[in-house]
Amino acid sequence: MSPQPRLVEVRQNVLKQNDIVARELRQRFHEAGVYVVSLVSSPGSGKTAFLEKTLTLLRPDYRVAALVGDLATDNDAARLARSQVPVKQITTGTLCHLEAAMVRNALEGWDLDRLDFLFIENVGNLVCPASYDVGEDLRVVLLSVTEGEDKPLKYPTIFNTSDVAVLTKMDLAEVVEFDLAAAGCNVQRVRPGMPLLKVSAKNGAGMGEWLQFLASVSASCRQERPGTSTPAAASAPRT
Amino acid sequence: MHELSIAMSIVEMAQEEADQRGGARVNAVYLKLGALAGVVKDALLLSYELACEGTGLQGSRLVIEEIPIVVYCPKCLAPRTLDSIQWFACPECRSPISEVIHGRELQVVALEIQE
Repeated sequence: MSPQPRLVEVRQNVLKQNDIVARELRQRFHEAGVYVVSLVSSPGSGKTAFLEKTLTLLRPDYRVAALVGDLATDNDAARLARSQVPVKQITTGTLCHLEAAMVRNALEGWDLDRLDFLFIENVGNLVCPASYDVGEDLRVVLLSVTEGEDKPLKYPTIFNTSDVAVLTKMDLAEVVEFDLAAAGCNVQRVRPGMPLLKVSAKNGAGMGEWLQFLASVSASCRQERPGTSTPAAASAPRT
Repeated sequence: MHELSIAMSIVEMAQEEADQRGGARVNAVYLKLGALAGVVKDALLLSYELACEGTGLQGSRLVIEEIPIVVYCPKCLAPRTLDSIQWFACPECRSPISEVIHGRELQVVALEIQE
């Protein structure tokens, strides 16, 4: 007679492996004094244009670099390279999100001590990236005005796990009759207190506020990390 | 659709545990799944069957306990269960909420094994 089945307690997080790697990455970033920003959004919301503009504006004052995730092409990396900062492509194949180990592998050969900011552009997807920590200090969720005001309600998890929301393509807001108040209200419903910035990478509107926000959150993060240096220009970004 | 890779991690994790118990057979895997974990229950159940194929866990069940979002209301000074994932406000006093106590779980809690 076979023994009775029995229940054994396990208690293990399914994403434990990713969380361990993300924690190691975060530790490395902190030791090197690099502030890491990840960008998440749906496809076509303007992550690459926003990042290209950000890198171009930061480059005169800071040492910046970017990793960019894409399913199949290196088009985004080629676009970002125009900003003349180090850019590396992570091609995920069929995987719909970046994982911490991919970031770790992509960083091989890079000297993090020589960076002030590292940007990680996730695969365009508002679902899967929410579950994976990639070791970032700041998760930015982008929402373009052409997508509609209710995106935060449709994808509450990604908005709830992000630290700041950026409304992109503001230059088109009037044409598409974007309801800014409703969008702001929806963001606050799923993530009360989350800052909301409005930008246009095309005409540069709002980019100054974004860079000031970045300088301020990165400076306070660096102050909380014992023994790391603050970049000379941290308090006065050129916009 | 990242449920398949999550299902494969669950299978791998359960297999390791079973191996540590002298190759016990796994009848069922018990999982806690939070409403904020970013994982769809039905997709995970379907993926689990696929992930089990050809492994020692073939034929096993995935038993999912769905965990609602429980927050801490700073005004009521009490934990509250949210009615909706689309509104992070206290269901009693409607204060905005930022502290999540439960709802992010994606955790294997137990295995039913047969030695």
